[in-house]
Amino acid sequence: MKVRFSLNGKEISVDVDSLRRLLDVIREDLGLTAIKEGCGEGECGACSVLIDGKIVNSCLVPIAQVGGAQVLTPEGLKGTPRGKCIVDGFTEAGSVQCGFCTPGMLMAAEAILTKNPNPTEAEIREGLSGNLCRCTGYDMIVRGIEIAAEKGEGLW
Amino acid sequence: MVGNRRTYPARGDRRVHITYRPETLREALSLMKESGKEKRVKPFAGGTDLMVRHRGWHGTTSGFPSDILFLDRIDELKCCGFYDKEYHIGAACTLAEVEQDDRAPSILKEAITLMAAPALRNRGTLAGNICNASPAGDTLPPLFILDARITLIRQGGSRTIPIEDFITGPGETVLGDDELLAEIRIPITEYTHLCYRKVGTRKANALSKLSFAALAGIEGGEIRDIRIALGAVAPRIVRDREIEASLQGKAFDEIDLRGTLEAYGKLICPIDDQRSTAAYRKQVALNLIENFITRDIREDIQSKE
Ligand SMILES: Cc1cc2nc3c(=O)[nH]c(=O)nc-3n(C[C@H](O)[C@H](O)[C@H](O)COP(=O)(O)OP(=O)(O)OC[C@H]3O[C@@H](n4cnc5c(N)ncnc54)[C@H](O)[C@@H]3O)c2cc1C
Ligand code: FES
Ligand code: FES
Repeated sequence: MKVRFSLNGKEISVDVDSLRRLLDVIREDLGLTAIKEGCGEGECGACSVLIDGKIVNSCLVPIAQVGGAQVLTPEGLKGTPRGKCIVDGFTEAGSVQCGFCTPGMLMAAEAILTKNPNPTEAEIREGLSGNLCRCTGYDMIVRGIEIAAEKGEGLW
Repeated sequence: MVGNRRTYPARGDRRVHITYRPETLREALSLMKESGKEKRVKPFAGGTDLMVRHRGWHGTTSGFPSDILFLDRIDELKCCGFYDKEYHIGAACTLAEVEQDDRAPSILKEAITLMAAPALRNRGTLAGNICNASPAGDTLPPLFILDARITLIRQGGSRTIPIEDFITGPGETVLGDDELLAEIRIPITEYTHLCYRKVGTRKANALSKLSFAALAGIEGGEIRDIRIALGAVAPRIVRDREIEASLQGKAFDEIDLRGTLEAYGKLICPIDDQRSTAAYRKQVALNLIENFITRDIREDIQSKE
């Protein structure tokens, strides 16, 4: 099945089985490997992408449902002023240890700040509740997002 | 970089899937009719259950046994709002959309907010949670106490039935082979006290050990209306109108608390599973009922006297 959608701002078309997971299409067919498969069951958030501005688990999305949509991955986010601001916040706060969860965390950060440019700590933690990290204990990630919110005045 | 495009043929042991993503309800119903008894076509809303249930191994296409009918583009199923003093939720509305709608009943919103995580709620639907008919479905106890009704639609007709009659057992509903759930209808309910509790291992992305929803309308120190529903403590959601009726019209010192708890105790028959034990579930369920009656309502009333 041919599916057309926008990936990181570029219109593309793929010809794949209609129930192939968006995660596999992005990683294997399109070679963008930032997002990871942690659980494949919607529990860990390592595969997070934004579809039409909303955060979703790409392991649970069949490609056919992406037709006509705008998909943003960490590769696309990184190139935007917002993405740079989040990456800087993560760097400053030391939010990355092994890095497996980080691409998903960046997408969650973008979703949190889009919803609310000045989130409280509780709102940040709620926004991260679908993203597991086995290394940091989350505090540094929360801090990284707080720094991005402070420094990113006007970006969101 | 966008490159390396490869086309994956379906693996040898897997069929090539046929998927439909119609924009009108009419097309969807005609597909359901054709699908008929053979259940050739499976409705697919947010897919948060279906994709996990039919998960393929890494890199393979999900192993669905049937063709798929996506409901996410059908505008007629995407409306939320009040008609005739009832709040209607279209079957293709996501949980996040209901959560963010100020007009939605607060106890339902509370239950949704405690479900899974934002990414899941951006995809999953209320209709999917209902059609799953899991005894642990978190939206079910609130929908039961709100007297929600379900509208089912097929080519040439529709019917609206109470949610209690829609779900007949674990994973079982009266949904016909050619039917779709079209919308959920919730009448406006007046109450003075409301309580929702989800007991789980951790806050996000954990299935409930049990869930509890209750509301009460108190007038002049008397119970005008009381409704209690429990999830994950029996094969079906527990709501008993006889016990509720026995409490109505009573002042607090007239309530037979022990008798009430014994009556609920008979309905609560949980199982041991990986999430919890039966004994734990039963004790917590009874404590929640007792707390609702003696603390949430009674102490609140006494404090106002
Ligand atoms: C990580 C994770 C966490 C979760 N946490 C929770 C939780 O906390 N609480 C909870 O209750 N559930 C939870 N779930 C389960 C699931 O997300 C919910 O049940 C959700 O509401 C299902 O909705 P859906 O639209 O994704 O359903 P789908 O997967 O699209 O469909 C589910 C079933 O309903 C049928 N169906 C859907 N819509 C219709 C319709 N309109 N007409 C006829 N049939 C229909 C489908 O054919 C299928 O059989 C979780 C799931 C995951 C993966
Ligand atoms: S891989 Fe998708 S949520 Fe874990
Ligand atoms: S940094 Fe290792 S999982 Fe988060």
